[in-house]
Amino acid sequence: MAFQIVINLIIAIMWMFLGESYTTPSFIAGYLFGILILYLLRRLIPGKFYFSRVISIIKLVLLFIKELVLSNIAMIKYIYSPKQIAEPGVFALPLDVKSDWEITLLTSLISLTPGTLSVALSDDNSKLFIHAMNIDDVNESIYDIKNSFEKAIMEVTR
Amino acid sequence: MTETEILFHIIVNILIILSILIGSFLILSASIGIVRFPDIYTKLHAATKASTLGLAGVLIAAFMFLYIQHDIVSGKLLLAILFMFITNPVSAHMISRAAHKKGIKPVIKNRKDAYEQYKENIKTN
Repeated sequence: MAFQIVINLIIAIMWMFLGESYTTPSFIAGYLFGILILYLLRRLIPGKFYFSRVISIIKLVLLFIKELVLSNIAMIKYIYSPKQIAEPGVFALPLDVKSDWEITLLTSLISLTPGTLSVALSDDNSKLFIHAMNIDDVNESIYDIKNSFEKAIMEVTR
Repeated sequence: MTETEILFHIIVNILIILSILIGSFLILSASIGIVRFPDIYTKLHAATKASTLGLAGVLIAAFMFLYIQHDIVSGKLLLAILFMFITNPVSAHMISRAAHKKGIKPVIKNRKDAYEQYKENIKTN
């Protein structure tokens, strides 16, 4: 990935020299042009095309914002309901992601999504204990976390 | 000013008002939630989620106001939002973990606490 970024920067600088204009816009134009060249030659260059990873990072950020808004709506429902409608509880989530960096990202995502708050991590990094606002739909939230968050994180890191 | 500029100003002002209102409403809700919920874990739910988006709303409103009134692009406000998104969930995790390690039990009706069971298993082995 680093190799591809270096090639992309070299193409951008070459574009500036060929155009004889040493300004920021021409650098950006060269950089975009470099992305196009890397995309067309992606079979000949070792490693995955790096810009697909940038796209998956953008997707992850958008997913995060969407979940944050949804969780606030759910939170307001819990706060202003006259009786306590929620039944809190703690459940364990088996983790597929392994490295520290991925787990940190996943816990932050979980803490800001509807009705879940990460409490602790087991010693061997295999289970995450989550406090849920409504324990009755635990299976649903496990399914959500497994399918949307872990998948999105793995797309970024692998 | 031309007509389109006036229209643009009005629209941005409406956006500023809306995001300040939503932001302060969310922060108010967070504080009500902290008072109303029964135990520390549910209180933390209210404190992290609602206040994160609420503060982000207020800061975005401040950013738009500075841009439209004084022509300042304030990067500090955007950085503040970014750091809040990074630090808020981490601090919530640390507080709840510390509380659980200290032995504060969450309010749970007729169900088992998974983390409590895990800790007991480790002790017995």
